[in-house]
Amino acid sequence: MTHVLKIEDLHVSVGDKPILRGVNLTINHGETHALMGPNGSGKSTLGLAIMGHPGYEVTSGSITLDGKDVLEMGPDERARAGIFMAFQRPMAIPGVKMADFLRHATTNVRRPDRKEGEELIPMREFRKELREKMEHLRMDSEFARRYVNDGFSGGEMKRAEILQLAMLQPKFAVLDETDSGLDADAVRLASESIADIGHQKMGLLIITHHDKLLEHNPPEFTHVMLGGRLVETGGKELAVELHQHGYDRIRKAYPDAEALNQKLLAEDAEEALA
Amino acid sequence: MSTDAPAEPKSEIGEINKYNFRTETTGVFKAKKGINREIVNQISDIKGEPDWMREFRLRSLEIFESKPMPKWGGAIDIDFQDIYYYLKPTDHQGKTWDDVPQEIKDTFDKLGIPEAEKKFLAGVKAQFESEVVYGSLEEDLAKKGVIFTDTDTAVREHPELLREYFGKIIPPEDNKFAALNSAVWSGGSFIYIPKGVSIDFPLQAYFRINAESMGQFERTLILVDEGANVHYVEGCTAPMYSTESLHSAVVEVVVKRNARCRYTTIQNWANNIYNLVTKRAYAYGDATMEWVDGNLGSKLTMKYPAVHMKEPGARGEILSIAFSSAGQHQDAGAKLVHEAPNTTGQIISKSISKNGGRSSYRGLVAVHPGAHNSKNNVVCDALILDPESRSDTYPYIEISEQDVQIGHEASVSRIGEEQMFYLLSRGLSEQEASTMIVNGFIEPLVKELPMEYAIEMNRLIQLQMEGSVG
Ligand SMILES: Nc1ncnc2c1ncn2[C@@H]1O[C@H](COP(=O)(O)OP(=O)(O)O)[C@@H](O)[C@H]1O
Ligand SMILES: [Mg+2]
Repeated sequence: MTHVLKIEDLHVSVGDKPILRGVNLTINHGETHALMGPNGSGKSTLGLAIMGHPGYEVTSGSITLDGKDVLEMGPDERARAGIFMAFQRPMAIPGVKMADFLRHATTNVRRPDRKEGEELIPMREFRKELREKMEHLRMDSEFARRYVNDGFSGGEMKRAEILQLAMLQPKFAVLDETDSGLDADAVRLASESIADIGHQKMGLLIITHHDKLLEHNPPEFTHVMLGGRLVETGGKELAVELHQHGYDRIRKAYPDAEALNQKLLAEDAEEALA
Repeated sequence: MSTDAPAEPKSEIGEINKYNFRTETTGVFKAKKGINREIVNQISDIKGEPDWMREFRLRSLEIFESKPMPKWGGAIDIDFQDIYYYLKPTDHQGKTWDDVPQEIKDTFDKLGIPEAEKKFLAGVKAQFESEVVYGSLEEDLAKKGVIFTDTDTAVREHPELLREYFGKIIPPEDNKFAALNSAVWSGGSFIYIPKGVSIDFPLQAYFRINAESMGQFERTLILVDEGANVHYVEGCTAPMYSTESLHSAVVEVVVKRNARCRYTTIQNWANNIYNLVTKRAYAYGDATMEWVDGNLGSKLTMKYPAVHMKEPGARGEILSIAFSSAGQHQDAGAKLVHEAPNTTGQIISKSISKNGGRSSYRGLVAVHPGAHNSKNNVVCDALILDPESRSDTYPYIEISEQDVQIGHEASVSRIGEEQMFYLLSRGLSEQEASTMIVNGFIEPLVKELPMEYAIEMNRLIQLQMEGSVG
């Protein structure tokens, strides 16, 4: 059976501000979907709603994984069900070593029925695997002893997210600008790593503004978000077009969505001033 | 006799843990409840003490009776006449665990002491109620002149050495509870580390209260001679009873020139014990004294380990971790007194409050006239886990010298929604996530501990966190 992540008519608000206005998207296991769209169109919001961030309220619509209601699950249950998101802005957890954090996470995701207090993956086995994956990602072994995202550079944070993707082996992963804030070499390394770990092995939803990541992970589908809606869907060539020519054609073709997008951006600017 | 008597009632915070069990023992002598001259004389009689000690006790009793309760700290609601002040559990102290009465040995087995002794300790004292029931010290250390005995034995066997310092660092006049301890003290450790002797592994004492309404008043004196080095560790536990009880120790430490002493406490008393302890060290030229103080248990703890830097170059460092949960108040802190030039002091305090618990940091930094070029730095961070819980900071600073560097930072934080979501999104449960954040919060202190104690500390934090994430 191929796994399916299905999003139907999804509406999401932050506070009482509607952000997503009816998103439909079906991702089959093994497929790669590119999610593009101008700033503030709602791309991260879609990812965070899939992951279950408590600040993003689903006001209507559904998300299912193999027919099971994902909206019923807490973020931890979603992770254990095989959903993952590499965050645009990962959080620092001072004092918690990457290795300890990853050992807990990996154990829980691999053994979704584990009860609290039960044994973790044996230390030796875990260390060996972690070391191999880190070598593969060309990460310094010292990284495992550092505190989670604490004092990491932007690039280090993104690589730490990729390492988590590699360890947790989810069924579906949202990668939110995992290639931004990196220099050209690092973008190439990240793109290759993701291709290696996830391309055709998971269902991928890749949010990106650059072309490198999609060159290494050619998408079967490209979706364009504007004003909280997926206004257009195409193949790989749509991503190429947007990379080359930007969003002018899209903005003109969907004036209502464009107006909503501008309204949200204007509100953001107002809040920033207030 | 059995060691498996269930310890009902269980405490509200679900302290169904390995410390909460009672041992059925008879004991060889139990003084009547209450405190008066007769009881104090009786304790002195049983111990066959010299006159000076009996007089010291009786004078201390008068001071105790004349002193008011401390005006700071937490609410102390103790009926001093409703406590047993002396309970002798056995007739003699074991030199091997087989010499210890079976049910008491079983108690310490359950607490993992003999096992720890085999693995990584240089010496052990185990106190049960009022007396030390087991003592050991590595042979080669004894040969080098190291003394590690209980304080009662030291009164008999090392009277000159003991008398020179006993009650001199913390006189009975110091505070009401120091006076109480001075009147009824029993047990505790006496340690002497000769010049230049450095002990690689810790010496450990374990204090266990077992009986209901039992007060424990151990008295510890540690003398570290010039250039010597020791790490002393104490652990404390008791089962949970429905009535309150009292632990009131006095700990005096002298660290001579170029010597170093680290004193680590992991206090996990049951949540009905008042833990009112006075701890003070004198550090001489270029000596270093470190207090590492972990307070997780008790109903109310009032404890402010102190270092007086008496001569140039002395260093005092205090690391304090306090965790308070439902019904608990940790009024913990530190005192650093710079009495000489070029002295350095540092206090790092981390407190966690949860389920309506209250943690306070109470600290004093004093620089005496003439203690020029002294440096002092205080960092206190509080983590509050829910709106019912509370944290306060009471920093007192008394500076009588111009040429000093003083720093003070304080922060109060709560677990952020974003941090929590990040960990949950990786498959951790809410409880695992908050435990991990708390352990991360105290990590800068825990990493200073030897590995065995670091593991113990993380485990205790986990116990405190369990069963209560709402
Ligand atoms: N936590 C939040 N609080 C307030 N507004 C938010 C929050 N998250 C997203 N938004 C708003 O939702 C809109 C879409 O944001 P986002 O999903 O981050 O866009 P994108 O990722 O496409 O740039 C923006 O107007 C943004 O300000
Ligand atoms: Mg975004």
